[in-house]
Amino acid sequence: MNVVVCVKQIPDPAVPGELNPDHTLKREGKLILDESDSYGVEMALQLRDAAGEGEVILVSMVPNQEVSGLRQALAMGADRAILVSDDALHGADALTTAKVLARCVERAGAVDLVLAATESTDGYTGTVPAQIAELLGWPSLTFAKHVELADGKAQIQRQTEAGYDDVVAPLPAVVSVTAGVVEPRYPSFKGIMAAKNKPVDQVTTADLGLGPDDLAPRQRIVNVAAAPARQAGEKIEDDGTAHERIVAFLEELKVV
Amino acid sequence: MKIWIFAEAEGDAPSTATLELCTKARELADTVECVYAGSNADALAGPLGEYGVTTLYAADVGDRLVGVVGAAAIAALVDEHRPDIILFAQTYDGRDAIARLSARLDRPVLTNGSSLTVDGDTVKVGTAIFGGNTLVDAVFEGPKPYLAAIRPKSFSAEPAGGGAAAVVPVSGLELGRAGEATVLARHVEEREGPKLEEASIVVSGGRGLGSAEAYEQLVEPLAKLLGGASGASRAIVDAGWVPYSKQVGQTGKTVKPKVYIALGISGATQHMVGMKGSDHIIAVNKDGEAPIFSVADLGIVGDVHKVVPKLLEALQARG
Ligand SMILES: Cc1cc2nc3c(=O)[nH]c(=O)nc-3n(C[C@H](O)[C@H](O)[C@H](O)COP(=O)(O)OP(=O)(O)OC[C@H]3O[C@@H](n4cnc5c(N)ncnc54)[C@H](O)[C@@H]3O)c2cc1C
Ligand SMILES: Nc1ncnc2c1ncn2[C@@H]1O[C@H](COP(=O)(O)O)[C@@H](O)[C@H]1O
Repeated sequence: MNVVVCVKQIPDPAVPGELNPDHTLKREGKLILDESDSYGVEMALQLRDAAGEGEVILVSMVPNQEVSGLRQALAMGADRAILVSDDALHGADALTTAKVLARCVERAGAVDLVLAATESTDGYTGTVPAQIAELLGWPSLTFAKHVELADGKAQIQRQTEAGYDDVVAPLPAVVSVTAGVVEPRYPSFKGIMAAKNKPVDQVTTADLGLGPDDLAPRQRIVNVAAAPARQAGEKIEDDGTAHERIVAFLEELKVV
Repeated sequence: MKIWIFAEAEGDAPSTATLELCTKARELADTVECVYAGSNADALAGPLGEYGVTTLYAADVGDRLVGVVGAAAIAALVDEHRPDIILFAQTYDGRDAIARLSARLDRPVLTNGSSLTVDGDTVKVGTAIFGGNTLVDAVFEGPKPYLAAIRPKSFSAEPAGGGAAAVVPVSGLELGRAGEATVLARHVEEREGPKLEEASIVVSGGRGLGSAEAYEQLVEPLAKLLGGASGASRAIVDAGWVPYSKQVGQTGKTVKPKVYIALGISGATQHMVGMKGSDHIIAVNKDGEAPIFSVADLGIVGDVHKVVPKLLEALQARG
């Protein structure tokens, strides 16, 4: 069972986000593993271990050679990684990202399954997994809150507006998983040490056979503005009668 | 200007998000048409016509995925009909469809849109980033059609009173291996009271409740008493206390009720992006510094376990 996991390395989400002067997202300095992708990594490790053979291969695209996030996922137990880093990828849109990642999947060798998160924490386009599937010509099972593999097929519980659907597809396939699908492990000390020596295949877009035409941005940010802020209203400490204030407020609005 | 909308259904009616997109498209384009993947297109043709849609291209979906069939149907039709813009709702199926289509047509996507403007050939999509603190406008470059996904509740839905849309069946679609994904069963989670996105009062609970039982004892009865719907932060959805369908926020539902009541919710940006548009916000949180208070019209610094039971009692006493 060879599983590729897409892992995005992102700036620490606890630090307020910033834009570059050209309006692209700032992605400099130390990047961390997007927590959303830790679920895919965990799922891949469990599937590999259940199969008793195969590899978990990480693929990641960054503008700045950063590997800290990849090392986190390698420390959890992934076997190796492919990292695409290239100035040409600055400001890459979702489809470009998907083209790059799809080429990485092809580079990874014989792959049974590609896992990704349903959306990234910083970009949250939410389209990359199905775009990768379309580019590879594979089925995709998106928004999985439960995943099972058997008889060369992946079966998932797919989140819907009303509940969930059971959906099945033969492998190879792309599956995007929601947060909470599995409980990600913490890297052990041994894992962290081992991660330092795991292979990271660093490639450029040219190595993947992608030229400037494939990567040219086709959308442009033309304006950035602060959203109109909401005013904070009345704030009171509960002294045992706060519920009365809530009732009065609801009465003023004529909802009770 | 011709705008297409990837129509979605809720039962035998177009989804509210679809009607919102139709209303906006009508304002911007001379021709508004829909593409639909499902089995009950005839039932949708009437209501869609009322919202200004003239033609409904319909592909049968059977046990395939709606997004896969929808993308294939649009791909099969675009060359002949040349829409300028194709709009999708930012929903599960909408996201599948726009993603597949974008790769098939080799067109970029703008997603999470909350506004749409057209100025000559320039099509601009506004999106809230950094949890809704910053608004960015992006324009498409390169060849049409332009593909955009818009968050539900970005526009209001208003009928224009047209006759039923003409239904044009689409068949013989090339699904490739994408068509090998099969839906085996559909599960609908039970819901009492109004729908979360449509309720005029939403009572949401977060991790501050402490347990799933507290959600049942405090959030559900309060929502019921007020004739509203119950919602949740992602923290308690991930913890398995409540189903995902209740999640409010960036990865959940966008709600704009008359009153939003947040109980034990800190107010992370990803939560607030889904509820900041509410008319009035009440928050109960024991931490006076919780970010939720920055958007609350009425903020109670207090313990949900003390405030809410008394509130329930007071409301019950009123009958
Ligand atoms: C990509 C991405 C997408 C996300 N999408 C969403 C989304 O759609 N929706 C969403 O909600 N979150 C989303 N999140 C998660 C979000 O960042 C927060 O983690 C989450 O909203 C926190 O939930 P919470 O407020 O219930 O929990 P916490 O942040 O843990 O807050 C609990 C609050 O309860 C208060 N409290 C504790 N005890 C009491 C008491 N007895 N009485 C009163 N108050 C008490 C505490 O002071 C605290 O403020 C997303 C995160 C990521 C990375
Ligand atoms: N630059 C990237 N490197 C690796 N994986 C990515 C990258 N961008 C997106 N992905 C994957 O695709 C998912 C959805 O991303 P997005 O469409 O940007 O919301 C992410 O959660 C990742 O699993």
